Amino acid sequence: MDIIEVKELTKRFGDLLAVDHVSFTVEKGEIFGFLGPNGAGKSTTISMLATILTPSGGDAMISGFSIRRQRDAVRHSIGMVFQDPSLDNRLTAEENLRFHARLYGVPKEDYRRRMEEVLRLVDLWARKRDIVETFSGGMKRRLEIARGLIHYPDVLFLDEPTIGLDPQTRALLWDYVLKLKHDRAMTIFMTTHYMDEAEYCDRIAIMDHGKIVALDTPANLKRQLGGDIIRIESSQKDALQKELEHKLDTPIRQEGNALQFEVADGAKFLPRLLQEVQTRVEAVELRKPTLDDVFLSLTGRNIRKEEAPDQGQGPARGRP
Amino acid sequence: MTQKEHYYPVHFLQAMTTIWQREITRYRRDRTRVVSTIVQPVMFLIVFGSGFRQTLATGLGMDFLAFMYPGTIAMTVMGVAFFSTVSTVWDREFGFLKEVLVAPIPRTAIALGKTTGAATMASVQALILLALAPVIGVELHPARIPLLILYMVMLSLSVSGLGLLVASLMKTTESFGIVIQILIFPMFFLSGAFFPLTEVPQWMEVLSNLNPLTYGVDAFRQVILRGDIPPEVAHKIFLYPLPVNGLFLLGFSTVMVLAAVIAFNKKS
Ligand SMILES: Nc1ncnc2c1ncn2[C@@H]1O[C@H](COP(=O)(O)OP(=O)(O)OP(=O)(O)O)[C@@H](O)[C@H]1O
Ligand SMILES: [Mg+2]
Repeated sequence: MDIIEVKELTKRFGDLLAVDHVSFTVEKGEIFGFLGPNGAGKSTTISMLATILTPSGGDAMISGFSIRRQRDAVRHSIGMVFQDPSLDNRLTAEENLRFHARLYGVPKEDYRRRMEEVLRLVDLWARKRDIVETFSGGMKRRLEIARGLIHYPDVLFLDEPTIGLDPQTRALLWDYVLKLKHDRAMTIFMTTHYMDEAEYCDRIAIMDHGKIVALDTPANLKRQLGGDIIRIESSQKDALQKELEHKLDTPIRQEGNALQFEVADGAKFLPRLLQEVQTRVEAVELRKPTLDDVFLSLTGRNIRKEEAPDQGQGPARGRP
Repeated sequence: MTQKEHYYPVHFLQAMTTIWQREITRYRRDRTRVVSTIVQPVMFLIVFGSGFRQTLATGLGMDFLAFMYPGTIAMTVMGVAFFSTVSTVWDREFGFLKEVLVAPIPRTAIALGKTTGAATMASVQALILLALAPVIGVELHPARIPLLILYMVMLSLSVSGLGLLVASLMKTTESFGIVIQILIFPMFFLSGAFFPLTEVPQWMEVLSNLNPLTYGVDAFRQVILRGDIPPEVAHKIFLYPLPVNGLFLLGFSTVMVLAAVIAFNKKS
């Protein structure tokens, strides 16, 4: 069953077509990922689905409600974790949750139980009486996720939930997300530009310049590339390229001082190739394709190159 | 949990009081603001009560202090109400506004929660000033206090509504501060708090007719002084019948809150 149906959704900011006639569906209970570089239109799409941005064209249905005509019903059905911080730092963790629960009409008699449940889920039960200002970035993020869950939404939207978090916290967050999926069959719609995170998704849509350029399971997307990736370093790479192109009939790309191409069964292919090849070879690498490779082949660019230079730690979390 | 257990429509009043309650909680937690609520009127009254009484002669035919006291209340209400509505700009700057705007509640409930929050803080300040009346020698008949409180609340709502409208149009605290600064002085001087507005140029009269503070000051003055001053003085300084003041203040608050709702919808 499709819980989200997006039809020709479009958003213009002046001359800029931030989201360009995007259509897709999300199945109930799946983790659906939006992958794309900065400015691709991921947050804009999510904001329209969450009814806080009015589309310039198209429509979408969430749990059967239109994001244009039945905003309140849609708002009831979704939980939202924004890309930028959205907690009240002067309130305690519990007060932030209570505020949210009351705005969403969670019955008083259910509130205590649910509050404990979501705070335990994100390991913040012991800190419930602390002012949010005293929390670390990761704790705040976890609290935002707990808050997005307390009204039991059908769909949880997570806009870059792990941005600015250290690797351990990122891994922990993913544990929570997978737990939600398994224990409750909750539908999770998330954006990320971490390729490794996209691997957790059941299906991913790759977005670039406001358009969806591919949509499939991570495995299928990688399979499209045709098996394995072989990378050969050589000081005479031009000569090597000529030789390889003569022998093989797949396209061969230059990547820095190396050559790269895809073959069906790399493990069997590579020893044969090395026996035959005449040109001097310094190093060989055989690997499975990653989503990075998929992205590269679809857009002609590497997703990482679009990011800030300090990509090692991930971009800082803050307002754009 | 996959299937929603129930579909709960949130009652308007519950949404509004939730927003209101958060304003109050944040206020109580801010020591500086709590302390200044008490210190500010006390300081004002000390300076005002001891200094002005001797130096300022009046041609009003009445005690200048009694004439000024309602204006003092109005000014305090205005300051606190304006300052309190900055919370909406902060919410926008710190991202919390998104959490409120994505919730399944009417925008009007948000605007009313914010307005009543600021109005509550302003009214509390006014009540403290009211309690200080005997200290500076203004006599209040206990029977008039409920009516006075009613008008204080209405003035608080009007100024908070105006503050919210400004806040809903502003992106940063700085721009909000500038606009409020620009508003505060003309509003105060054209309110009749310092000099009676019965003999002023026409353009001033037009502006003062649009100024909620005018009606607040006039109402306070009538409630506090009626019957204690000679009719010819009353005729000179009172402007409108009391219910007219009330109606204007309520109408003004309503228009401001509605305009703020429209501004919210436009912005998002
Ligand atoms: N309010 C706005 N006004 C004008 N342009 C906007 C606005 N919001 C977004 N944009 C533009 O729309 C495009 C898409 O932005 P969006 O925030 O959706 O990207 P994103 O995929 O979420 O990127 P990131 O990975 O950086 O979060 C960008 O070019 C951005 O500059
Ligand atoms: Mg984004």
